[in-house]
Amino acid sequence: MCLAIPAKIMSLSGDKANVDFGQGVLREVNVSLVDAKVGDYVLVHAGYAIQTLEEKEALETLSLWNDILAAGE
Amino acid sequence: MSSFAADSLKFRNPQLAQNIAQKIKALAPKKGKVKICHVCGTHEWTITHFGLRSLLPENVEVIAGPGCPVCIVPAAEIDEAVQLARKGVVVTCFGDVLRVPGSEGSLLDAKAAGADVRIVYAVSDALQIAKQEPDKEFVFSAVGFETTAPSTAVEALGNPPKNFSFLTSHRLIPPAMELLLGVGDLEIDGFIAPGHVSAIIGLKPYELFPRIYRMPTVVAGFEPIDVLMAVYMIVKQVSEGTALLENEYPRVVKPEGNPKALEMMNKAFTVTAGNWRGIGRIPDSALQLRESLSDYDARQKFGMRVKQGKDILLGCECHLVIIGKIKPKECPMFMKACTPAKPVGACMVSSEGTCRVWAKNVAVQG
Ligand code: SF4
Repeated sequence: MCLAIPAKIMSLSGDKANVDFGQGVLREVNVSLVDAKVGDYVLVHAGYAIQTLEEKEALETLSLWNDILAAGE
Repeated sequence: MSSFAADSLKFRNPQLAQNIAQKIKALAPKKGKVKICHVCGTHEWTITHFGLRSLLPENVEVIAGPGCPVCIVPAAEIDEAVQLARKGVVVTCFGDVLRVPGSEGSLLDAKAAGADVRIVYAVSDALQIAKQEPDKEFVFSAVGFETTAPSTAVEALGNPPKNFSFLTSHRLIPPAMELLLGVGDLEIDGFIAPGHVSAIIGLKPYELFPRIYRMPTVVAGFEPIDVLMAVYMIVKQVSEGTALLENEYPRVVKPEGNPKALEMMNKAFTVTAGNWRGIGRIPDSALQLRESLSDYDARQKFGMRVKQGKDILLGCECHLVIIGKIKPKECPMFMKACTPAKPVGACMVSSEGTCRVWAKNVAVQG
């Protein structure tokens, strides 16, 4: 139930945003819990964006893994 | 394909998974066991769906704690919703809540008997319907951990219409984790903390686990690589004799969590003791609407008293499954008297319940 899915903000009006879950699946979600602008990625849970995501951070996670795994060699 | 979709493929890379599994093997103790507990239905899904347990050495065990917010709603709180539905109030809820057994039937049973019970995807949808049908009384059964509670807070604070109220069953995860540490023979060596609860609450609420209980604690995401990494990080800590709080999921979890969401929750709720199905009363583990919002608190609005409910039916072992003491397979009813089509216990109802996850995945793998 704590499932949350990344989506891209396509348009904004007040607390509502139209987001794209990928492959053209669009839905209106509430964005009052985050500071996000058009083009940002957010994590959506039960109709509410609960966190903003940065692609940079996504990539950093991967290099974190590589580091950790390399350090353990 | 978006770059996030591309990333998620990396997070499922079988070669990377094998490499991590090798590292875990190399670090696992030669004698004794490492028992790791997660507290999230989505983690259990990832683990069973991708068969991650089969990648781990025999003495590294991952067990599922109370990670299904629907499963741990006590029967008494389902009874309240059923009572209201029978009285003619329109009860709105998430799909998973519909079939959760109360003491005398579920909301689905009430619906079959003619009550108006409607499934919504989001609390905002429930409000929308209430606005469209102003001559009916609406209640939203607000179930969920810290991931979900902020959305209830937003709407409770956003001037709901007069014909709308909340029947809150929100619960907090860290107090349940602390309770597990008191269950003597569980002997947990490390925690995998739930990533999306943590997206809201941040890292601070977990600090006590390494500091006071010397329990390695790793906040983790939900892809197979995330979970394997968390296991690796815990096994590494155990092998080094350290106990730290680490964040495997920085792409979502910031140390401070989501301050806006926390502020909303704090404005809308006070923290009280709460009953958990199969576990009992846990101090400081439930959210209750603040006095200033009592007009929107269904319990106050309809003058309801929480009574004792029948949480566990005869023969159901949910109370042991929920705290990770037994695996679903060890319940004599599993896939016999109790199946996803005809669930007996709450753990078989919700898509995040451990029994349901095992029924859908392990049964296929044999
Ligand atoms: S298999 Fe069914 S009866 Fe057994 S513990 Fe799970 S939910 Fe309860």
